[in-house]
Amino acid sequence: MIEAEGLTKFYGPLAAIRDVTFQVEKGEVVGFLGPNGAGKSTTIRILTCFMPPSMGVARVDGLDCFERSLEVRRKVGYLPENVPLYTDLTVRRFLRFSAGAKAVEARNMESEIRRVIGICGLEKVSNRIIGHLSKGYRQRVGLAQALVNNPPVLVLDEPTIGLDPSQIIEIRRLIQELREEHTVLLSSHILPEVAQICQRVLIINKGMIVATDSPLNLTHQLQRSAQIIVEVEDGAAQALTQVVQGIDGVQSVSVQDEKGSRLLVESDRSRELRPEIARLVVEKGLKLLELKLVDLSLEDIFMQLVTEESSQTSSEEEAQS
Amino acid sequence: MKGFAAIYRKELYSLFASPIFYVVAVVFLLISGYFLYSAVAYYNILSFQASQNPMALKQLNTTDMVIRPFLMDVSIVLLLISPLLTMRLYAEERKSGTIELLFTYPVSDLSTLLAKFLAVLSAFLIILAGTLPGMFLLGYVGDPNWKALLCGYLGVALLGGAFLALGLFTSSLTQNQIVAAVLSFGALLMFWIIGWLKNLVDPGMARFVEYISITRHFESFTKGVLDTRDLIYYLLFIVLFLFFTLRQMESYRWRG
Repeated sequence: MIEAEGLTKFYGPLAAIRDVTFQVEKGEVVGFLGPNGAGKSTTIRILTCFMPPSMGVARVDGLDCFERSLEVRRKVGYLPENVPLYTDLTVRRFLRFSAGAKAVEARNMESEIRRVIGICGLEKVSNRIIGHLSKGYRQRVGLAQALVNNPPVLVLDEPTIGLDPSQIIEIRRLIQELREEHTVLLSSHILPEVAQICQRVLIINKGMIVATDSPLNLTHQLQRSAQIIVEVEDGAAQALTQVVQGIDGVQSVSVQDEKGSRLLVESDRSRELRPEIARLVVEKGLKLLELKLVDLSLEDIFMQLVTEESSQTSSEEEAQS
Repeated sequence: MKGFAAIYRKELYSLFASPIFYVVAVVFLLISGYFLYSAVAYYNILSFQASQNPMALKQLNTTDMVIRPFLMDVSIVLLLISPLLTMRLYAEERKSGTIELLFTYPVSDLSTLLAKFLAVLSAFLIILAGTLPGMFLLGYVGDPNWKALLCGYLGVALLGGAFLALGLFTSSLTQNQIVAAVLSFGALLMFWIIGWLKNLVDPGMARFVEYISITRHFESFTKGVLDTRDLIYYLLFIVLFLFFTLRQMESYRWRG
């Protein structure tokens, strides 16, 4: 549904994105992840026909975004970053404008507006001026205008930025509902959000795509070792260190807290060591309080990918000091 | 062209919802009312004096003595207010980011441009229509040449259109409304006063300078003379600046 092929965009001599290539299939919900300034918005602006790329081709539904811009724009609903809206209009009037601009037939106009107002829960504020609305409502108005005329593709640039937690949950639920009928590309720098909503994640850093896969696969690929947390009574962890070290497959063991009750065991991924550790603890006559496998979160993966260089240099620095 | 209607309506609504329109309209109508009053009062005095002199009486007519000076004065007020009407058209969209919305809706840049231009032109014509009651009053007390009057108003409308087209262009250059207004005002003033150069430069240049001067073409309209050369001048002026605006927006897209 969405294809990017070698997209490159220069702002003056500076390349905001370089050779960005990816595809989004019909019906997918894809998260576009990256730190601020990584090139998310630039890529999105090219896909939504706001600006042409310096090099490369972007296609939506097989149509070139540059050559057949108007046709592409008819198929894409777009929520720009920071949700720019005409603040002097009422919600209804603004949506009527959107519907008109998107060439909704006059006889379907009112029902279409009622539909998007219903989806986004804007009934209460539909006659208020947008400039007087709260951030959360504005975000919903932005989403509503993207949904007008029911475009098959939705592109949402940071849909949850600046919202409070309950609003974020609401917007996420809304996006979950939309996935049934739309192909969705959403950008974000909030990772749990992407992990929850999206089937696939594109991670972009410094203008280049560094990884693309489902959140689960990414976790598996990047997790080189398994981490197990063992919690016993205070002060007993130290005594356990030696014993656990002796288990076959254990790479490293360290005491985690000052009370000396938590032990972090790093081991080979392929082997299940938890029963062995449990047995040893009990044999030692200690009380086992907790034993759990820690999964690398999307956050950790993201940090690994995005900060690979910087973390290397910083660990070297640490070693030196 | 459906998107055109939606944008036209929205632009008109935004114009009428902002205080700028009303302030501009009130100031414009007050000042032009004052000019009309003073022109009529002056004409009144002259008529009294001319009543003792039949020769002078023949040369007195409302077109030359009232309507012409009135329209010339109106054109000066227009120079001052038209940048205020156009300054927000693109600058505000750029500032608030709504241009991203507008440029990703399935409406061509040309439709957007024409919708914006025609919306502001409509608003201007509505303000200008506010001077018509004065003209009817003049028709009641005097006997103006209606055809010449109509021609004069066509001239004001064309002049206004030219001013607004240039203002639209300067508005597309920046995201600061004040900068847009100042640029527009400066450029209009240049077109206004460039005719003064005609006595200082060589003859070939003088003809060119005279041709591009925006006021010279207006004068014949105020006399009630409809010259196609003047008509074409204003239409060209409008088309040229709309074209510049279109190119400027295209360049804006590329630069991002």
